[in-house]
Amino acid sequence: MFRPRTVSLFIFLSIIWLLLSGHYNPLMLFFGFISVLMTTFIAVRMDLVDKEGHPVHLTWKIPIYWVWLLFQIIKSNFQVSIRIIVPKINIDPEMILIPMNQKSDLNKTNYANSITLTPGTVSVRLDDNGEILVHSLDKNFADELRSGSMEKKISTLGN
Amino acid sequence: MNYILDILSWLLIIVGSYFSIVGAIGILRFPDFFTRLHAAGLTDTLGAWSILCGLILQCDSFLTIIKLILVLIFIFFTSPTGTHALARAGLASNLKPWRKQ
Repeated sequence: MFRPRTVSLFIFLSIIWLLLSGHYNPLMLFFGFISVLMTTFIAVRMDLVDKEGHPVHLTWKIPIYWVWLLFQIIKSNFQVSIRIIVPKINIDPEMILIPMNQKSDLNKTNYANSITLTPGTVSVRLDDNGEILVHSLDKNFADELRSGSMEKKISTLGN
Repeated sequence: MNYILDILSWLLIIVGSYFSIVGAIGILRFPDFFTRLHAAGLTDTLGAWSILCGLILQCDSFLTIIKLILVLIFIFFTSPTGTHALARAGLASNLKPWRKQ
């Protein structure tokens, strides 16, 4: 009941309650405490407080990855917008299979979501043998993904 | 100080509007379902994010800023999930991707 991850979920929920409510008189604080306590209790009963449901172990690593991802997203946003506004559309879309060596479901989700979030590539299907089917708008985007730089960054998040 | 914040916020809102409009044009111009998803990705990512960041710079209350940041986080997590679900549904119903001739 009082594992570190459960305590951290309780602290996280309390902070979110304090930031969202804006009421700080004793009665409201008491009600908030009761709600947070009940939410934590239900989450523990539903077996949600694990590495996937509350990935608190990523707190220090994931912002670094997000900054890198943000620059990738800005770059490909400009590349896609140029392909849209030119007078004659010149694209060469294709379906490609990208190998993936990630073990945990959390990393697989991170990887597939990052691919979809970057304009120009959309992850369509994840296979059991560890491959992602990706639809890419152009050769450039497919080659960028084949080079595996994004997966290397995902691997730094641990498993 | 206020002038700098205003200029920065207008810059972000203009950039966001540019990407939202270009995304909409792309949805009309691209040839098939899968390529249109890429154009919609423009509106989902930089279009929405920079408009929200511009709005955050216009806020004067701390609690409103927190709420806008939460909106940003929710868009960040839900938009790729929705795009992936659409693409998967297209593939499952045997939609043939458009190829360059």
